[in-house]
Amino acid sequence: MKRNLLVIGGVVLACIVCFGALFAVSRLVAPKYHDTLIDGHLTGEYYRETTDHDVLFVGDCEVFEHFSPVTLYNEYGITSYIRGGAQQLVWHSYYLLEDAFRTETPKVVVYNVLALKYGEPQSEAYNRLNLDGMRFGRAKLGAIRAGMTDGEDFMSYLFPLLRYHDRIDKLSKEDWTYWFSDGDPVSFKGYVMHTGVDPATETPKEPYDPKLPETSMAWLERIAALCETHGTALVLIKSPSIYPEWHAEWDAEIAAFAKSHGLRYDNMIAENDAIGIDMQTDTYDQGQHLNVSGAEKVSRWFGAVLQKEYGLRDHRGEAAYDADYAALTERYENEKRRLSEGN
Amino acid sequence: MLFPSWAFLLFLAVLVPVYYLVPKRIQWIVLLLANAVFVCFAGFLGAVFMAVTIVTVYAASRAIDALFVRQRETIAAMKATHTKEERKAARLRFEKKRRLVLIVCLILNFGILFALKYGAMLGRLSAGLFGGKPFGQDLALTMGISFYTFSTVGYLLDVYRESVPAEKNPLKLALFTSFFPLLVQGPITRWETVGKTLTEPHAFDGRRFLSASLRIAWGYWKKLIVADRLLVAVKALCARPGVYRGDFIFVEMLLYAACLYADFTGGIDITIGVGEMLGVSIEENFLRPYFSKSISEYWRRWHITLGEWFKRYVYYPLSVSKPMRALSKGTRRLGVGVSRRVPVYLATLLVWALTGAWHGSNLTFLVWGLLNGVVILLSEELKPLYARFHARFPRLTESAFYRGFTVIRTVLLLSSLRILDCYGTVRDAFSSFFSMFTTWNWGAVFRGGIQSLGLSYFDYAVAFSGVLVMFALSLVQRKGAIRKRILKRGTVCSVCVLLVLIGTILIFGRYGFGFDASQFIYNRF
Repeated sequence: MKRNLLVIGGVVLACIVCFGALFAVSRLVAPKYHDTLIDGHLTGEYYRETTDHDVLFVGDCEVFEHFSPVTLYNEYGITSYIRGGAQQLVWHSYYLLEDAFRTETPKVVVYNVLALKYGEPQSEAYNRLNLDGMRFGRAKLGAIRAGMTDGEDFMSYLFPLLRYHDRIDKLSKEDWTYWFSDGDPVSFKGYVMHTGVDPATETPKEPYDPKLPETSMAWLERIAALCETHGTALVLIKSPSIYPEWHAEWDAEIAAFAKSHGLRYDNMIAENDAIGIDMQTDTYDQGQHLNVSGAEKVSRWFGAVLQKEYGLRDHRGEAAYDADYAALTERYENEKRRLSEGN
Repeated sequence: MLFPSWAFLLFLAVLVPVYYLVPKRIQWIVLLLANAVFVCFAGFLGAVFMAVTIVTVYAASRAIDALFVRQRETIAAMKATHTKEERKAARLRFEKKRRLVLIVCLILNFGILFALKYGAMLGRLSAGLFGGKPFGQDLALTMGISFYTFSTVGYLLDVYRESVPAEKNPLKLALFTSFFPLLVQGPITRWETVGKTLTEPHAFDGRRFLSASLRIAWGYWKKLIVADRLLVAVKALCARPGVYRGDFIFVEMLLYAACLYADFTGGIDITIGVGEMLGVSIEENFLRPYFSKSISEYWRRWHITLGEWFKRYVYYPLSVSKPMRALSKGTRRLGVGVSRRVPVYLATLLVWALTGAWHGSNLTFLVWGLLNGVVILLSEELKPLYARFHARFPRLTESAFYRGFTVIRTVLLLSSLRILDCYGTVRDAFSSFFSMFTTWNWGAVFRGGIQSLGLSYFDYAVAFSGVLVMFALSLVQRKGAIRKRILKRGTVCSVCVLLVLIGTILIFGRYGFGFDASQFIYNRF
């Protein structure tokens, strides 16, 4: 009996040591997305939040680079967070939203519609950027299943070592530095700042299908249903970038969808003058994405819309939020200065 | 379903518990169903060809068995009433019928194999000769057909020779033919050994399970850490015969030798381990082949089951066949030595030509097979010379240095022959091989050339370490089975070794997204 217990104990101990070692190696080889490819850091940063949010933005790069939660708070007292990611497709957005609803119920969810043009999974690399940082749960499992491209396997999302083991000979200082630490946040409540200026030129024309893919629209339907279940207002937006092109047919389709579901839809491209966007000064990559100046203008305009249409409370003066946003604003301004000096 | 795939591991994870949980008398039926799933997973056409083999071999074996029974009854009935000559004539009639059944079945089964293996090649050849669109370009080998055809035909030949009785239950023959671990890359098994254990009841044995897990993990280790890594460089070298020459070819020879060994033995380790996990004993296919001191010894230790098959079913029957005896008789006037050698030489060369042809439809394989035969025959001829050399320098030839020399010589010789395996044409193969002696670029491979082969220095370091581990373990293995020794040290030690193997595979293996889950090299044969 004693011998059997010793054997079982030995086996258990060996397994613990082995799995511990594999866990450590797994953390080491997984990309840290902290100093390079920071887009991959955004999904995980959400879980560091200590306060809840009235507004949750979801979508692709057009949300995480076009809205400044700092401006929204400082100008209107609106608390917000951006759950956006590079090429975050609509199913990713759905599951990130479902994941967020586990811990908070925002009053408004803002969804940027550009990613609806993709009806199929696009790239493993972007899947990883969006899903690696996601907390384990039903939502993550759903997101993985919905978005895998050919050749990907489910298990490697659950056990990152299976995917990243080939990085063992490509480890950088970043990997060692953030082995067991997530480091400082790279975003400002999901917003990624750029201060450079690269004026917009001619918009390249690409062939397109005048109808948005049915799969995307079905997922949008699910997002609408999810928000309705939680009593959250859904706002559809198309942020003011001029490239990739947002076609009139798509715009009409989304407008019809919004109308049929009783949702608000703002195509901000049409509001560029009202917002004050100048594509000669407010973009850092020729009109694809906005720089901080553009993002602040958009946030000021949209903050007013949100406050007016959804009667969001002004949280300024509430100690918990003030402390949080004061620290964030200081970091935000420092970063703005640092980047501007770099430019 | 590739061995290195989640689908296969899941398949095994479901099968093993179910296999041991069901009543023992239906274990073999569970296995048969698992085989059906595995075969269907590989493709419908493959399942159809396999079904044809099972049905025809079963029918033929039963017919042959029935003819034996009827022959015995007839001869017994004739004993009192007929003369010896009449009884002999009756026996010959039965023999003729049996032979006819056998030949029809062999033609059908080897015909399928031949069509799939050579159909596309013959189509191209015919189009080249007579013009028109080449036929049969869609023909390709189905999963395991080279292996199960040989195993099942071997069973039929054994029945024909009355070495084994014909199996009455067709499902049991189906189980033998389709046993899934054997379909990936063999070994070619015998009914007498594997066929029987497949249908026997097996109780779960924790120690056996651990031992099997160790063997499977070791197989994956060799495949994923060494073979799949080296295969990248080997493929790069083979793809550009005009570019990589001289010392690159020498490196290619060595890399391919290590790669093929790790790939083939790794796959066989997984096969035997899976069999062991299910209580089924599968024949060993390797016996430290790279420690052989001659090519003929090497072929007794490499792909043992294929060599045994050809020896048992082709070489021996052919050597003593009537035409060979007649040939031997006919050449007697040229001397006893010649008449003694002719049947042996012809049978050897034919067996090696067939061995080459078994490996593939390319002419390179045929030339490779024949060259192996020629080298073996030459070695035989030179035996007296070797004997004189050994007698003259006994201290030298008994030294470790000389043994090492013969081992290295054999490895280099067989690696040189294997160059034919790497290229699409005999011309490319010979041109590349001889460039080692004509293209003087020694050292170029280490002046950055090695990095152009798709592997990093880290990859080479891992692969080289893997080769060293395999070599060291082979040395240790000479003193006894390593797994037995590990298991003797207790469960904790065995589990630790297993975990280390799994851990190193997970970290250093080549698998997952971005890597081609490559099939075993021998699977394409």
